[in-house]
Amino acid sequence: MLDDFFIRALLAGIGLAIVAGPLGCFIVWRRLAYFGETIAHSALLGVAFAILAELDLMIGIFAAASLVVVLVYMLERQELMPIDSLLGLLSHGALALGLLTLSFFPTFRIDLHGLLFGNILAVSKQDLLVIWLGGTIAIATLLWIWKPLVAATLNEELAAVSGLHPDRTKLIFGVLLAAVVAAAIKIVGVLLIVALLIIPAVTIRPFSASPESMAVRAAVTGLAAVVGGLYLSAQIDTPTGPSIVLIALLAFVLSRLALTMFRARKPQNP
Amino acid sequence: MPQESEDKGIKLVSATNIGVNKAGRWIFRYVDLDVYEGELVYVVGANGSGKTTCIKTVLGLIACDEGSVWHAAGLEIGYVPQRIAVSPTLPITVRRMMNLAGRFAEAQIEAALEAVGLERLGDPQITTLSGGEFQRLLLARALIHKPGLLVLDEPDQGVDLAGSDALLELINKIRHELNCGVLMISHDLDRVMDPDSDVVVLIPHEHDDPLASYAAKPVNLACSSRS
Repeated sequence: MLDDFFIRALLAGIGLAIVAGPLGCFIVWRRLAYFGETIAHSALLGVAFAILAELDLMIGIFAAASLVVVLVYMLERQELMPIDSLLGLLSHGALALGLLTLSFFPTFRIDLHGLLFGNILAVSKQDLLVIWLGGTIAIATLLWIWKPLVAATLNEELAAVSGLHPDRTKLIFGVLLAAVVAAAIKIVGVLLIVALLIIPAVTIRPFSASPESMAVRAAVTGLAAVVGGLYLSAQIDTPTGPSIVLIALLAFVLSRLALTMFRARKPQNP
Repeated sequence: MPQESEDKGIKLVSATNIGVNKAGRWIFRYVDLDVYEGELVYVVGANGSGKTTCIKTVLGLIACDEGSVWHAAGLEIGYVPQRIAVSPTLPITVRRMMNLAGRFAEAQIEAALEAVGLERLGDPQITTLSGGEFQRLLLARALIHKPGLLVLDEPDQGVDLAGSDALLELINKIRHELNCGVLMISHDLDRVMDPDSDVVVLIPHEHDDPLASYAAKPVNLACSSRS
């Protein structure tokens, strides 16, 4: 069964969506979209990393992205500049360095288009193993930091006074995000991973009453988008990343239409 | 701080000559402050004198650039900030909020909500609460942990006069019930002169001027009015 490229892509995408859903909720709650972009932009540097050190592609990306997370964490507390300026500096610095390094390698070794937008043919059996193993660790870690992370999301100072160490929690969350970016490289690609994090979360927000239910529903929504997008990609031969994101966007639009119709019928706000 | 410690009971926090400097400017400076069990300590000062920064330093949220802060071992602190920005995209109900930093039984949550008069609220999303209701919820959230020290930053801000009296009465009741120390910022001098308060800590203004007379001595204008 795993010899079928479509099944492999599907399984990889499902693993990715399950982790991306809850993490995406935190991106939305904490307004970390640009932070997510910054981590994603460091992925190409990770690819260069992996080729040079002859590592697995995803391991290389995870290492580079984690490095950027730690850099953001350390520089943020120096209060040298506004956080978005700092992220812009690191984001584009990492991207430029990554692209420059990659330009030294012969082009046949790198499928840049695939790295940016995803490639349904690219998922190997080893990738599947790394994604599911890494994904299991990521979910376990997320459950472990769930309570302090939600508390810090509501208010960092309140969490700190309660002894919940919001700084440490934030750092661990950043590393989890680095793992998602690494896992996403072959399915969604670097350029669109933040969309897979954000769109399911905002789609499901109005239908959720607690952080937990929103996280689970975002995972399910992301999963549906991945399955739908991969099917579309296989049917009409499009890059997987844009196909998945477009399906997710479609789900968002439909959810808002449904919401508008529901509210028009019942004036009371849920 | 040493002489008075015998008759006041257990000391909860102690700040000695603390100050915070930001980019070469002292946000506040020369503040001494002790809070004992069951004691109500007011922090007063003009707008911009650094009251909030001062209590955040006492809480350990901000590191002090001068002086030192000491906490009793295992001290549980309940903090009620002045106003906090809550992300409108985060779905959290009133009762879920009570369990944010611990796990409490339904009855405990009910009791804490009842203590602040929110028992009839039901379980709405916190984003739908009014300013006063949210302030009460923050207080309930702090109370449920049975804190040894309650720190409040102008809890009556944005509450009308009657509501403000009720709120302060409530805080006092809690203080007597839990026998906890209370450290509270207030801008209302009438209230600070209340016989129920134990100590007033005044934060000086314009503490940058080394020639100012108060700079020579600590400004703990402590006036024990009770006991």
